Amino acid sequence: MPSSASDAAAPDLAVVGAGPAGLAAAVTAAGLGLRVVLLDAGERPGGQYYRHPAPGLGADRPEALHHGWAAFASREAGLRAHVEAGRITYLPGHHVWTVVPGGGGVWTLHAVAGPEEEAATLHARAVLLATGSYERQLPFPGWTLPGVVGAGGAQAMLKGGLVLPGERVVVAGSGPLLLAVAGSLAAAGARVPAVVEAAGYSGYAGHVPALLRNPGKLAEAATYGSALLHRHVRLLTRHAVTEAHGTGRVEAVTVARLDRDWRPVPGTARRIPCDAVAVGHGLVPQLELATGLGCATRSSADGTAALVLDAEQRTSVPGIWSAGETGGIGGAQLALLEGEIAAHAIAAHAAAGRAGGPAPAALVRRRARLRAFAEAMGAAHRPGDGWTGWLRDDTDVCRCEEVPAGRIREAVADLGARDARTVKLLTRCGMGWCQGRMCGPAVAALAGESAAASPGGAPDRRPLSCPVPLRHLAELPPADG
Amino acid sequence: MSRTPRTLVGGAPTATYVLRFDGRELTAQAGQSIAAVLWGAGILAWRTTREGGAPRGAFCGIGSCYDCLVTVNGRPNQRACLVPARPGDRVTTQEGTGHAELGV
Repeated sequence: MPSSASDAAAPDLAVVGAGPAGLAAAVTAAGLGLRVVLLDAGERPGGQYYRHPAPGLGADRPEALHHGWAAFASREAGLRAHVEAGRITYLPGHHVWTVVPGGGGVWTLHAVAGPEEEAATLHARAVLLATGSYERQLPFPGWTLPGVVGAGGAQAMLKGGLVLPGERVVVAGSGPLLLAVAGSLAAAGARVPAVVEAAGYSGYAGHVPALLRNPGKLAEAATYGSALLHRHVRLLTRHAVTEAHGTGRVEAVTVARLDRDWRPVPGTARRIPCDAVAVGHGLVPQLELATGLGCATRSSADGTAALVLDAEQRTSVPGIWSAGETGGIGGAQLALLEGEIAAHAIAAHAAAGRAGGPAPAALVRRRARLRAFAEAMGAAHRPGDGWTGWLRDDTDVCRCEEVPAGRIREAVADLGARDARTVKLLTRCGMGWCQGRMCGPAVAALAGESAAASPGGAPDRRPLSCPVPLRHLAELPPADG
Repeated sequence: MSRTPRTLVGGAPTATYVLRFDGRELTAQAGQSIAAVLWGAGILAWRTTREGGAPRGAFCGIGSCYDCLVTVNGRPNQRACLVPARPGDRVTTQEGTGHAELGV
């Protein structure tokens, strides 16, 4: 089928997501002469990591809530300059829900835009998916009580809205994000009685070379660590919040010591009074658009599924690139680098004779170093199998459909379910609003799935990455391949 | 004076205005989401679940979990963590599906 007039005018690159990876990619690609459209679900660039107050909140020092703000500020200035010069079309408030091949080597992106959920359709010759991640949650009794919030959620509400969930906030779960969250909550005036980390930092011991090659990361950890010491925050490693107590809202948590497999050790439980709990067990790459396109995935060291990417940040689908957390959780610095590397590769691919060539060697070396660090970190904080030991049969695992652990165990033990998908069909868990984003990893673990058993990483598949009004689906033209 | 998010970042909102939550007047700062206004007022729950009638509020804070669904100006199932608060908004606790008036 011949390409239409709109296809001929299609920009060189559509970047989905304006977090560290997408923002860096869009600015770099525009600097190399590409015409870029940057779509983002958020209202302001920066993604979750660089989330910051709206201008109306009049914050003089937004950088006080951030690490590495200068890296964002320079890209944001670059974005504004490129938008003004007409090299980048920046579309905030656009949630891309599917990407499909159009005619003539042009991709079609469908989005819902703005609060009225208008349909928006865009075309581009190449697509860079920089869709980031969301938090991994492992349920525990009481985790649906008001006052129990995501650790990243507490951070997002603080960075974006300048609010705290309570005055006395226990931070719990696993992963380096907890230290950052505890640090910013304490800096913003909350009391943090404890940071409860399920892993032991001895998990890093097997990865000394990766640690030594990343002095910047070690310094970052030391900064968080000393800030917490300064604020009298206790760090309990190999411990978990195994229950939240309260009626209308959280009033206290039970914290217990864990064995090496994350099983609570009997007799070690103690109670810590608090009025909020910020909890999370690392991050999960957000892959809907990529898996919808058929991009291959792999299992990461942290147990999540991530995209298979080559040295140029290409996915297994020609014309689709990706950068940042979608390729495995690695943090903002790595995401910035990968976005820039992808932009160089896409520019080189777009047209011979234009600016752009192989990514600078220094970027490629830094990427390798940070990826190695990310793998070491992911392995150290990967949930142990024993965490399910703190679930009671009446603990809701699926928050949306209110499916308790007992019904999932019944589906597995009595009805023969061997994977999350079968459990879902038998119990409705994962069929609610969030489409399994909150309960997915927990249900997979309860079903006995492990990343080792599913070499592809078995990511959840969601044909639509966000709710789409039915009228938009009804109005779609037939796929023309 | 004790530390607050505001003392940390300095400055002042360009405007403050009133919205109503279940008839109660709350002060919003320009640029806050509805969830942020509610948290700022110490309110952590603003809906009840369909099955158990359990209270829920913001959980993921980034639009992924849909736990913070709320009815804004009569329109149910809005994610409070994403919807900017506007002057005069009427926010009401959302019971169940938010469509009780349809009898479904």
